[in-house]
Amino acid sequence: MDPPMDFQVVVLAGGTSDKLSPLVSKELPKALLPVANKPLLSYPLELLEASNLKNIIVVVEGDEAATQVESWLSVAYMDRLNVEVVKTPGDVGTVGAIRAVAPFLISTDILIVSGDLVSDISPGAIAATHRRHGAAVTALFCPAPVSGGADSSTSGGKDKAKKPSRCNIVGLDPTRQFLLHVVSGAKVEKDIHIQKRIVRAVGQMEIRSDFMDAHVYAFKRTVLLDVLEKENLYSIKQDVLPYLVRTQLRSEISAKKENSADESSNGATKELPSEDININSAVPSNQNLRWLSQHREIAPSSYQEIHISDCDMNKSRLAKKTHKCCIYLSGKTQYCARLNSVQAFGDINRDMLGEASRITGYTFSAQNNVVHPTVVQGAKTTAGGQCIIAEGTILGDKCSVKRSVIGRHCRIGSNVKIVNSIVMNHITIEDNCTIQGSVISSNVQIQERASLKDCQVGAGYVITAGSEYKSEPLTKR
Amino acid sequence: MDLRRPNRPVIGPKVRQVGFVTPDSAAATSSSSIPAVSAAAATSAGSPPSSLSPVMIPPPRHPSTEMSNPHFHPVGSYNPSEQILGSPPALSPSRSSRFDADGSDFGGDDDESVALSGVGGGMTPKSSLLMRQPVTKTAPLVSETRKRDSNASKGKGEGPSAAPKEKLTKAERRATQEAQRAAKAAAKEAAAAGGAPSVSKQPKPATKPATQQKKDIPSGSGPLQPLAPSGSIEKKQGKKEVAAPHPRMQFDDMTKVGKLKKRAVVNQSEARNRVELFRHLPQYEHGTQLPDLESKFFQLDLIHPSVYQVGLQFLSDKISGGNARCIAMLLAFKEVIQDYTTPPEKTLTRDLGAKVGSCVSFLIECRPLSVSMGNAIRFLKNRISSLPHNLSDKEAKSRLQSDIDRFINEKIIIASKAIVEHGVSKIRDGDVLLTYGSPSVVESIFAYAHGIKKNFRVVVVDSRPKHEGQGLLRRLVERGIHCTYTHLNAVSYVMHEVTRVFLGASSVLSNGTVYSRVGTACVAMVAHAFRVPVLVCCEAYKFHERVQLDSICSNELGDPDAISKVSGRKDLNYLDGWAQNENIQLLNLKYDATPSDYVSVLVTEQGMLPPTSVPVIIREYGIERLWT
Repeated sequence: MDPPMDFQVVVLAGGTSDKLSPLVSKELPKALLPVANKPLLSYPLELLEASNLKNIIVVVEGDEAATQVESWLSVAYMDRLNVEVVKTPGDVGTVGAIRAVAPFLISTDILIVSGDLVSDISPGAIAATHRRHGAAVTALFCPAPVSGGADSSTSGGKDKAKKPSRCNIVGLDPTRQFLLHVVSGAKVEKDIHIQKRIVRAVGQMEIRSDFMDAHVYAFKRTVLLDVLEKENLYSIKQDVLPYLVRTQLRSEISAKKENSADESSNGATKELPSEDININSAVPSNQNLRWLSQHREIAPSSYQEIHISDCDMNKSRLAKKTHKCCIYLSGKTQYCARLNSVQAFGDINRDMLGEASRITGYTFSAQNNVVHPTVVQGAKTTAGGQCIIAEGTILGDKCSVKRSVIGRHCRIGSNVKIVNSIVMNHITIEDNCTIQGSVISSNVQIQERASLKDCQVGAGYVITAGSEYKSEPLTKR
Repeated sequence: MDLRRPNRPVIGPKVRQVGFVTPDSAAATSSSSIPAVSAAAATSAGSPPSSLSPVMIPPPRHPSTEMSNPHFHPVGSYNPSEQILGSPPALSPSRSSRFDADGSDFGGDDDESVALSGVGGGMTPKSSLLMRQPVTKTAPLVSETRKRDSNASKGKGEGPSAAPKEKLTKAERRATQEAQRAAKAAAKEAAAAGGAPSVSKQPKPATKPATQQKKDIPSGSGPLQPLAPSGSIEKKQGKKEVAAPHPRMQFDDMTKVGKLKKRAVVNQSEARNRVELFRHLPQYEHGTQLPDLESKFFQLDLIHPSVYQVGLQFLSDKISGGNARCIAMLLAFKEVIQDYTTPPEKTLTRDLGAKVGSCVSFLIECRPLSVSMGNAIRFLKNRISSLPHNLSDKEAKSRLQSDIDRFINEKIIIASKAIVEHGVSKIRDGDVLLTYGSPSVVESIFAYAHGIKKNFRVVVVDSRPKHEGQGLLRRLVERGIHCTYTHLNAVSYVMHEVTRVFLGASSVLSNGTVYSRVGTACVAMVAHAFRVPVLVCCEAYKFHERVQLDSICSNELGDPDAISKVSGRKDLNYLDGWAQNENIQLLNLKYDATPSDYVSVLVTEQGMLPPTSVPVIIREYGIERLWT
């Protein structure tokens, strides 16, 4: 079956991220981490499904993770999506992941979506922007999330090092359609080096640091494959995108590949028999025609006009050694977040309960919560607003649950307070516990009178009776 | 050839009766009301009621035209406002009031049988034969009177006030349907009985959708017929399938707009306060279409990706200009054809034609087609339908693709080269040339003239909001051409020094009217007043057999926000939030019509012609004649 609109989709589901320890482990790859009681990977997949993209390649790092993801996919999406799971060895980076799927890529353009994207931005919009500009790469940027506020973001000192993409520096043209400069998180130095050539071409550059790279890219296949041939690239975000942006006015890729790119985008020209019939010296080739029609494009910005006038002046095809790097900026009303840190995990879960609850697909009750009908609640137990309690969970008497997610088949004793926390599946919490602002992984046992505040508890951990923890990651040794 | 013609007195834009004037039409000019009436009656009687729509010219009743069956009036739903534009001024108030009375009179559902019999009587071959004559003859006259009228109304600023249309009752609708059915049957009968060319045209309007409207009478079907008066029947019938002028959509007709919306791909939310006179043109909330279409990117499987891309580029104005849009569209169609496989149990000619049709309607939703694109589509559909049936898919596809290639080549690229050669011959050393906007052919003329070391200067006249001239200016300056840049409001000052005016055109209509970027008419008129020759450069594939006298009935509306905002002046914000104020209506027209009186010469690939020769070119070198 032909890919719709000549776009193929690759979802990079990752493996067991270190950043998310102790929440993810070999038993629970990042892709299956429950967010509002749904595996993380289901969010990008459902987003794609809503856009009628049903043939999806999912790349997973590591054998075990791949097996788990595959088995989950086969159950959850068996009849809805045609998902192909490709596994890569660990630690090859996003570029390595793309290299692994390169043989599968056949369509003109490739949409690469990060598996940890939780968003309601239509991927079609990005793809359409990409097509409209005929860009080599189009990246989705969204306004960086304001960090979760003082009261909720105290999940350990080690988080500070990886404040998500706070220091992404992005240069835009005045119409905010083209990406002129990008420096991503880790590579930010004190000074910003900006190419004179680009500034001269564009006239005016807007430099922003409050946009976040959402890890959704539309690539022209030929460009992408060409970049993959290069060594020493590791990450799409940190290596490939900056490389393409840097070289957009003196594109080596395009110089070599532009013709073939054009050819393949035209598709027709290569095997066109009419081309042979039509040997007429006055007939310009298809590419020339395309150029002719683009030559007349009314450039949305002076930036493009430089391109055009370059073409005009040199009167040679060499002048077309440029490619376009476009940007799609999401609107303020749209939700977009990446789950790439423990803090983000907490934030996204909270957003799923609150402002972005539309993404989850749950219908909230009048009390603004989702309580599965099989949940057994004891006397005087209250489930407040912005709560999700999944099936099979038993709550004892006089419990109080507020702004929290509770997974499947948990057994919660009497007089337990759970506030602002995420409790995954199969957890036993005994009487008189207090849990605040914490994340508790599956199969954890919390014995009575324990008190947790801002902790992350790894899977299978046992918290002894009466213990108190504050701002600590707890893992089983 | 001296381009400076003697200063003819211009008494308003005159209607030239070109190409198809029949000798006895002069007699009909004697009174303005009678021919108009007879024309209206003829249209009402000659064309079956299927072609009636609420916005057609209401046929005025006249004692002498008893055969015009009352049921042919737009039943109960005509718009009195249309009468201001549509009916001759000679129509006395008493008559129109009587018409009103009639309209309400037959609005009832009791006269179904009467209507049926009336239809049968009206549609006999004999009467249709009789009636056919006035249609063709008086078409220009109707338009003339209409023109005068609209001129008058323009002066007074009197627009048609939108009167609420009455709703059709169920019985009335049924009556109309019955009448249509009867008319169709009668037409069939007539075709079977007569077989004369005149009869063969009879079913034609019947096949049309019921969106016939007042403009089509003078502009659409009227002139089309006489252009090929001696054509054989087969040819006519062949043309009928593909070349029937599409009745233009009237966007002030709520029911039709609703229907259109239902099948529309692009979300079209109508702009709220539109200028009265231009309500019949589509105008949508700008800025809502693009994001919506983009977000639906993957949902529209039926549309070929390349067509989609072109549509997006049209919508976002990335590609504009007649030639560029036409080429982009044709290249997209080429890819559609390449990727096409005939579904089982269907024939390529039929199915591919339908497929191209759906692509075209998508493109229309993105932006109304230009005349050049319409001609190209007509050509392509003609080619598709005329493919021999025994051709294999592969052969057929390659043949169509090479046809498209040849069209682009011969009609656009080589044509513009020929125009450049003709145009350059009119540039002398020391000339000061003025152009307006950014016409591609004119740009090539200047570039070529500069290349052959002619010594001249260019005045680029530009206008808000698109500032297309700046692009042209930049390219010309880069070539080393000495340029002056000014805006349209200063054109009367710069015209003193100008020796030639070169203009581009979106289309040239068969009465010589040049349909072009808004502002062109102004430049041409100023040049005429200064006795500066005006050369309009236009490829012949942009010619159209339509006749248009004003820029109201067919035009395109741009984004009103584009004119409400002044770039670089943030303090000028008086128009912010204008959409909320009911008293403000912004009009951003995209095209205007320059009467042929202001055009000294048309530069086409066939040579330099007076504007009166357009029908000849259409007849001799028209799209239909291309490789048939």
